[in-house]
Amino acid sequence: MIQRLPLGYKQLPLVATVSIFILMYGFGSFRYTGFLSSQVFLNLLIDNSFLIVLAVGMTFVIISGGIDLSVGSVIALTSMVAASLTMNANLSPLIVVPICLLVGSIIGGVQGSLIHFFNLQPFIVTLAGMFLARGLSYVISVETIAIDHPFFDFMANTRIPILGDSFITISVLIALIIVIIAVFIGHSTKFGRNVYAIGGSEQSANLMGLPVGRTKILIYTFSGFCASVGGLIFTFYMRSGYGLHANGMELDTIAAVVIGGTLLTGGAGYVAGSLFGVLILGIIQTIIVYEGTLSSWWTKIAIGVLLLLFIVLQRIIVIRSEKKQNSS
Amino acid sequence: MDNAQPRLVMKKIVKEFPGVRALSGVNLTLYPGEVHAIMGENGAGKSTLIKVLTGVYPIDGGAVEYEGKKVIIKSPLEAQLLGISTVYQEVNLCTNLSVTENIFIGREIKKNGKLNWRKMHNQAKKLLEGLQLQIDVTKLLSSYSVAIQQMIAIARALNVSAKVLILDEPTSSLDRDEVNQLFSVIRKLKNEGLAIVFISHFLDQIYEITDRLTVLRNGEYIGEYMTKDIPRMDLVSKMIGKELVEMKKIESLAENKTSLNQSFLSTELLGLQGKIDPFSIQINKGEILGLAGLLGAGRTELARLLFGADQPDKGHIHLKGKQIKFSSPKQAIYEKIGFCSENRKSEGIIPDLTVRENMILVIQGKYGWFRFISKEKQREIADEYISLLNINPANPEQLIENLSGGNQQKVILARWLITNPELLILDEPTRGIDIGAKTEIMKLMTNLSKEGTSILFISSEIEEILRACDRVAVLRDRKLEKEFNNNEELTQQKLMKEMAGGV
Repeated sequence: MIQRLPLGYKQLPLVATVSIFILMYGFGSFRYTGFLSSQVFLNLLIDNSFLIVLAVGMTFVIISGGIDLSVGSVIALTSMVAASLTMNANLSPLIVVPICLLVGSIIGGVQGSLIHFFNLQPFIVTLAGMFLARGLSYVISVETIAIDHPFFDFMANTRIPILGDSFITISVLIALIIVIIAVFIGHSTKFGRNVYAIGGSEQSANLMGLPVGRTKILIYTFSGFCASVGGLIFTFYMRSGYGLHANGMELDTIAAVVIGGTLLTGGAGYVAGSLFGVLILGIIQTIIVYEGTLSSWWTKIAIGVLLLLFIVLQRIIVIRSEKKQNSS
Repeated sequence: MDNAQPRLVMKKIVKEFPGVRALSGVNLTLYPGEVHAIMGENGAGKSTLIKVLTGVYPIDGGAVEYEGKKVIIKSPLEAQLLGISTVYQEVNLCTNLSVTENIFIGREIKKNGKLNWRKMHNQAKKLLEGLQLQIDVTKLLSSYSVAIQQMIAIARALNVSAKVLILDEPTSSLDRDEVNQLFSVIRKLKNEGLAIVFISHFLDQIYEITDRLTVLRNGEYIGEYMTKDIPRMDLVSKMIGKELVEMKKIESLAENKTSLNQSFLSTELLGLQGKIDPFSIQINKGEILGLAGLLGAGRTELARLLFGADQPDKGHIHLKGKQIKFSSPKQAIYEKIGFCSENRKSEGIIPDLTVRENMILVIQGKYGWFRFISKEKQREIADEYISLLNINPANPEQLIENLSGGNQQKVILARWLITNPELLILDEPTRGIDIGAKTEIMKLMTNLSKEGTSILFISSEIEEILRACDRVAVLRDRKLEKEFNNNEELTQQKLMKEMAGGV
């Protein structure tokens, strides 16, 4: 017989995620010299800060039982809007940044409204949003627009020192602030709990008198907002706008969220888990870089294997808890 | 009480669904400090009336007056804000959330803009203690039994400053003690001036707890009566619209039958670890074998093994004398076994398909998908069984989800009857359906067995088992305890004693 874990079943995927992260970090430190340094760890955050932000928005979407395929394209669109408004229209970042955030939020809000009012599948609606946003960025320009502006230089190059020599960037700060806000929203606000309730059973949530429609629209608006924040961070990182930016990143995001322990069928998951999901994706890349001889496509293979592992793990947990319920 | 101002008046309520007039001109008047029953068969419109009142469905005609003012309730939330709370027949809570959350979600307690979990946990605990329930409120709802979930749903409804509390079949999954507990809570709330709507199929409970009742039949308003003034037989005949004599008929049918002592299916120490202890059982041709036992005694588990839905890890099945192994229900279906699950909603109907489509599923599956049954043939089959089983509405193209529970059950029965089964396993076929439909289903069982079909009849209602079965097997704690021949010597007390054990 298996010993009963002191933890509830719902925390198990999160525990698994964190353990896998620690294991991989330990493996890296053991195998490569220089791996065990605070900067290597902080670089994980620096290189993946946009993915962290995307994953936060996606976590809410998936917990509610939905999916948002538009986030990668919204990054591209945001980068194009930011680039063209800054370079071609010569607008101040004070105007550009709010406009960019608005673009993502509006796309998200419209998607959410369509999903709610017409009772459409989130998959199809956001698939349409994905094509639309990608197409719109090419309407702005088919070429890359390089950004040369003091604000973007500042955002990209400022190093915030922590722990002696190590540093993080402003993007990391933004991403971590968003994670903290999202953890608070998920655990300690009505909106957050409504998201979980909808993911558990939309019909029950409705009969319990919860504002299902408003919550759903807000979820997709928030995901769109996160996508545009991620888009801005991505733009700081690339210092250019381009229609091909972040191609397929919605799938990386979904992978990170699932590896982070969120149930793809909705109803269970944690924002903190998604943070670790992203870090796991990051550490796979780092290990492959350190290995030196491996092709970078091994990243994809590792992600694929991990994803399968997690889906199976989740399924086992669900089956177990069903069995437990039947036998009680 | 009659002089008091009614808390809620519904007048001439009309509600239509595509192809069905669910409510036509129904009245309902609720007074504070009163328990009011809504009575009717399945399909009479009770659930629809509740859903209209609580804003789940919009009203197509008629008016609602609440505390003297005309109101239009557009959503469950609005109903709750007005003080109308509902506990639905199927527990409608979120199993992925904690007990506390299920009680408080939608009206959480906040402190400095943050949800105050500690205070909510404490209050949830207190609230449940008021219902004599001491459980860990921080655990997930899914870790508790349906009976406890039901109590939690009631706790949730009480937590709002409710003025009208609607209990839709609250007792169908509770045992006697839990029912008593619930009734003491209901009486307390009634004395506090709540108007309570109570819906139940158990007549005993109606007479025990309600003060007044409204009778509906086929979506029409039949009348309002004081409970103590209306005799049972009058009430039943008002509900079904005809004198109830069928009950006696069944018994006489059962007597005429001569059971053939020819085994159709038998098991030899068949068992599955953790589900059911090894059992040996024999079902004869043309016999109705009753399976009695309390909830969780292993009745469904036993049935699932016989149908190949679960794989045994011990023992054998013999079919007509030959040893056989069912590795999936498909094989059992080929051997002419049918299984109506107790879980009508999740393991029975396909809600988005029509009555006709639901009916032909198994027979089409048995033929294989390449030998398509033509639409005319399907229509023919559907029409035949609709009239045979008296399915209402008699429209094969109606979506099954728009039918009442009893009629859905009949469609599922038809699904198996079409395949001409030699053994039909019926797991709680009469649960949550009205007397009329129950009688029809039991009559059907008797007729089938006379024609040589064996039936394994699982029911929690001892009366039904005694009325219909030739033999009764009793399960207790996942173990087959005893078998009885159903004769004069077998009484309810005797069966109950065996089910409860310890004596």
